[in-house]
Amino acid sequence: MNNTIAFKTLLFKEVRRFMRIWPQTLLPPAITTALYFLIFGKLIGDRIGVINGASYMDYIVPGVILMSVISHSYSNVVSSFYSTKFQHHIEELLVAPVPNWIILLGYIGGGVIRGVVVGLVVTAISMLFATLTFQHLGIAIAVLLLTATLFSLAGFINAVFADSFDDISIIPNFILTPLSYLGGVFYSVAMLPGIWQTLSMGNPILYLINAFRFGLIGVTDVDIRIAFAMTIGFIIVLTLFSLYCLHKGIGIKN
Amino acid sequence: MKALSIKNLKKKYANGFEALKGIDLDVAAGDFFALLGPNGAGKSTTIGIISSLVTASSGSVSIFGYDLDAQRAQAKNCIGLVPQEINFSQFETVHNIVFTQAGYYGIPRKQALINTERCLKQMQLWDKKDTVSRRLSGGMKRRVMIARALVHQPRLLILDEPTAGVDIEIRRSMWDLMREVNRQGTTIILTTHYLEEAESLCRNIAIINNGEIVENSNMAQLLSRLHTDHFILDLAQPLAQAPVMNGFDIEWVNENTLNVAVPKTEGLNKLFAELSLQNINVISLKNKSNRLEQLFMDVVDANKGIAK
Repeated sequence: MNNTIAFKTLLFKEVRRFMRIWPQTLLPPAITTALYFLIFGKLIGDRIGVINGASYMDYIVPGVILMSVISHSYSNVVSSFYSTKFQHHIEELLVAPVPNWIILLGYIGGGVIRGVVVGLVVTAISMLFATLTFQHLGIAIAVLLLTATLFSLAGFINAVFADSFDDISIIPNFILTPLSYLGGVFYSVAMLPGIWQTLSMGNPILYLINAFRFGLIGVTDVDIRIAFAMTIGFIIVLTLFSLYCLHKGIGIKN
Repeated sequence: MKALSIKNLKKKYANGFEALKGIDLDVAAGDFFALLGPNGAGKSTTIGIISSLVTASSGSVSIFGYDLDAQRAQAKNCIGLVPQEINFSQFETVHNIVFTQAGYYGIPRKQALINTERCLKQMQLWDKKDTVSRRLSGGMKRRVMIARALVHQPRLLILDEPTAGVDIEIRRSMWDLMREVNRQGTTIILTTHYLEEAESLCRNIAIINNGEIVENSNMAQLLSRLHTDHFILDLAQPLAQAPVMNGFDIEWVNENTLNVAVPKTEGLNKLFAELSLQNINVISLKNKSNRLEQLFMDVVDANKGIAK
């Protein structure tokens, strides 16, 4: 059994899926983020001034990029894997001698690629409005990839346990979006009053956004080593849990 | 060589339903084998376990000597599955569906393209290769599933009601395709509700009921157990009531139609001799029911009696 071929087949299938429907998958983030930059950056941002030494427009760009990466890597995997379950073509994979880790790697790879492509599209749009200096490019790329991986895994687990299309929209709408908006995309956590500042420090997305902001414009509210350690820790835990679900056939067998 | 060997296979679902109660089943390599049973008997659970879609509670399955638990990859490589329900992406082209499946089996791209072309041509789908699958007819979708199941050249092909819902013309052409696949050396296990299909195609048969194998024999031997054939006679002249004939059980359906049970000990010649004696002219006759159907009902009914 050639696992490399099976992995490439699954990965190409996943990429082909979101590229085939690019008006649904790649165009909306471009339009949405252009509106963010126009309204928050241009119209309101000029009145806010400078945060941590960066213009408001430059300050919000990393968060807006990463917010798109989070939502698209998550939604890519949750919708693709749930549809595969719903239409029963998961059986194509289950009857074949494809190991569980290849199945997981294929879907996560698809989610990461979509997250990165969306991230690049949004970055390109942002460069029309802001000046990105790419202070620590390696850190920015690492945060981008780790974030896409983490939320692809989360999307995969959501899809495994989902029994209806409602189940795949609950977490993005009621957990991810609020956490993203409260994760310091549009403000510095230092601007919050005491209790809210403490509560915000419990939001994992805050660390990701700040680490990415450090990579792009050299500004952060948190220690980025904590961001990396936490993200890698979550990735390991979610990977092991995903493999356990596949091994037990939770949500896909019987 | 056994293509399939099942030992004491049990399956109890989470809701407590015991779908399989410890079945044993062997299928020889090269066989065309029928697995029959009423709805809910355990056929789909058995096939689900063999093809790794359902987890067994206990027991063992081996495919061409490979244990499904210990040598899963080798065992899976031997199997091609054509499921009951259409289960491919409705947004992919016919070619992509079959080609992608070859990739899942680790077949290199060049060989996968060759295999895909061969299977699509064999299933008479080559001219539809670029068609998006949702635009295909029901019969074509079934053939796509067979092509997909054959793309890695499996030694054991499992067909779970492959002709359900297709018209008689397509069904007959699919029978020819299945015969050809079997003739080329692929072992086939067929489940179907069309018993004439099983009778026409299969050499050996098992009947499963209430999670147990209640019959497992050679098709010819099984059919030889049928002691009575049932015929419908179309009469040239109307009859007011059923005639009485020694040795035959005759039922009056209407003035131009009789149902006759003909014991094998009596035969059709004697029936016609008796009819001639009573000046009853027959225009035509046909089998009232498929022979296997009669046996199937007998076996299932007998099993119900035991279960009670």
